[in-house]
Amino acid sequence: MIDFVLTENDQKILDHVRQEALVCRRYARYYDEHEDEFAPDELPEATDFPPLMSLFAGRSDADTHMAVMSMLVSAGQTWGDYTVRMRRGKGGLGNAALRAAGTPEQVAKWEGLTLAMAITEPGCGSDPSQVQTTAVLDEATDEWVLNGEKIFVTTGCRCEGVVVWATLDRSAGRAGIKSFLVEKGAPGFEVTHKEKKLGIRADDTAAMVFRDCRIPRGNLLGGREEIPKESSGGFRGVMKTFNMTRPAVAAIGLGIAEAALDFTREQLREAGFEVEYGGSLHGQPAVVQRFHEIEGKYEAAMLTVLNAAWLSGQGLSNNLEASISKAKGGSAVREITQGCIEILGPMSVSREHLLEKWFRDVRITDIYEGTGQIQNLIIARDILGYDRTELK
Amino acid sequence: MISFGPTEEQQVVREAMREFAEQVIRPIARECDEASVVPDAFLQQTWELGLTATQIPVAFGGGGEERSPVTNVLVLEELAFADAGLALAATAPSLFANAVLDHGTDEQKAAYLPLLAGERFHAASLALVEPGPLFDVLNLRTRAEPKGEGFVLSGHKSLVPLADRASHFLVLAHNGARDGFEGIEAFVVPRDAAGLVIGEPERNLGLRALPTHRLSLDRVEVSATDRLGGSAGFDARRLLAASRTALGAVLVGLSRAVLEYAIPYAKEREAFGEAIARKQAIAFTLSDMRIEVDAMRWLVWKAASLLEHGLDATRAAHLARQYCAREAMKIADNGVQVLGGHGFIREHPVEMWYRNARTLGVLEGSVTC
Repeated sequence: MIDFVLTENDQKILDHVRQEALVCRRYARYYDEHEDEFAPDELPEATDFPPLMSLFAGRSDADTHMAVMSMLVSAGQTWGDYTVRMRRGKGGLGNAALRAAGTPEQVAKWEGLTLAMAITEPGCGSDPSQVQTTAVLDEATDEWVLNGEKIFVTTGCRCEGVVVWATLDRSAGRAGIKSFLVEKGAPGFEVTHKEKKLGIRADDTAAMVFRDCRIPRGNLLGGREEIPKESSGGFRGVMKTFNMTRPAVAAIGLGIAEAALDFTREQLREAGFEVEYGGSLHGQPAVVQRFHEIEGKYEAAMLTVLNAAWLSGQGLSNNLEASISKAKGGSAVREITQGCIEILGPMSVSREHLLEKWFRDVRITDIYEGTGQIQNLIIARDILGYDRTELK
Repeated sequence: MISFGPTEEQQVVREAMREFAEQVIRPIARECDEASVVPDAFLQQTWELGLTATQIPVAFGGGGEERSPVTNVLVLEELAFADAGLALAATAPSLFANAVLDHGTDEQKAAYLPLLAGERFHAASLALVEPGPLFDVLNLRTRAEPKGEGFVLSGHKSLVPLADRASHFLVLAHNGARDGFEGIEAFVVPRDAAGLVIGEPERNLGLRALPTHRLSLDRVEVSATDRLGGSAGFDARRLLAASRTALGAVLVGLSRAVLEYAIPYAKEREAFGEAIARKQAIAFTLSDMRIEVDAMRWLVWKAASLLEHGLDATRAAHLARQYCAREAMKIADNGVQVLGGHGFIREHPVEMWYRNARTLGVLEGSVTC
């Protein structure tokens, strides 16, 4: 059935997430202004809160699917803060890649580690087929030798290993690209610095280099050493990793955007403007009209996220919808937070409030995990029935 | 539970409507727009689908299906995909029927629902919009003054669907006593009521297949039993939320029509040696349309779901309607642009959709779910 009303069980979880988020928010400004420090893995207040997972006991088919709940939980957490968590879970983007591309033995061996994913380089971002980091097999020692530089690696400082994209043969293009698991401590692997950013400053985003970095031959994810024909679809397989992470990234941004909307609504109320619904457009003050406009974008974007997650939860293909949610979420969060500042005026750029931080924090949403333009390219190819040679 | 999965029954209904829309509505859409008429044969043919009657209880002669705003928005999207004007004409009797179903007293249900559950097409309508600039639902100029046991209605209405053939109108008026939704009353007024004058057909920008008229109410006397909901009155929030949600569904259908027309056109039309769809400027315009059609539909479904649960859908419907109106206009606008000169020529339907999008976006109370 088509339904958009949360069950009591759903609501109980989200209420709990909200309580945790309120605590996390107390730390938000501190870590924004102390970007060299890391928020603790567990806040002192954690003793007062049962672990989130314990609330998922006793759920049934009548409750919202976990795939959809995960989006609501993510948004609920970032409503408090992007980075600070009551308890930090293990795992990173690299873990998703390991599960998607690793052999069963590899998954068993490394799944307990927190793994980052290193794709972007100083010279390539949206087009990962241009990866310049090389991997050369040293048959004498049965080792891969990696050379190159990676940037914008989420969880790069604190992870225990990194899934690194490197090419076996630059002339082979995307077909030559493989992913390798490099554990921290491998010779020649160095995390050079934590990136200094516009927003999500507290977040662990690292730059790293590989200088004749040696790793065991068995660390090639999936184990296939040959360069496949261009059409083998191996690259696409890796890209499939994004079908749940793209909606999740949009949800994360939308949680922050919702915080901005709630703050703006409160401030409007204090200023004597109640946001009401039902009357005609011209009967509303301009600030309320503007608020309705961006609130509608929030609702719309969040629903595209839930749709993409729901499809995934049903085991249905969501390639198109994942990109729709990411494109919509990415543009919505920008428009919403920019709009909130426009509505509230000069007071809202003060660092006394978190709105200016949220404005900075959400801006990454439309960039990482594939820019809005990349999502549009994916959507356009899908609806037009074009491949990547027909629509570049 | 959050779920985007229509029931099997809803899938079947949706498929049937899609087929009907394609085979019956789309082929006559242009000629009906040009002639500004809705054929009686079309109204009868659509009536036989049971759009209005299926959700009327068996006791009143209907199909006895559960009242489902969600199913209704699925139907509306498909009908409006073929043509919004004809979709509104075909479903106009539901404006009256659903209001009586949701808000009427037992006596009102017994009096009016059987009329709308028969085998022959029967028109009854809703009179909400008023002439003059800055129409606002919350500030109706049509007044309902108490007189004895009953009321006296005075004012003007416009854009009343099917007013040429409606046997009864549900007239919305301000009671002059309270502000906001609480000030809105609704009264059943028969076509031949003394003081009611039905004007000439209105000549509108879009939705030309939908006949609309003005009504003048010059001290029309109605009894207390004609007041929707009787002495308890009715829930204006719910009625307006249902109307706005339904309007959103129509805008989704229209937007999807534009997109699905623009895609093959852009793949076929060549410029500078290749299909224009292969240029990012065009391809991204189309992908933006695709994104928004989804976003619009989910907003409508959410509002419909709240209505189905009997919850207050005022906010959800308000946001859905505003969002859909804005985005549908943008989509129709871009549809014209993708077709270029052909978007301006009446040989293609896109110019009609452009007019319809602008018209629908400012309507209230012209469709329901």
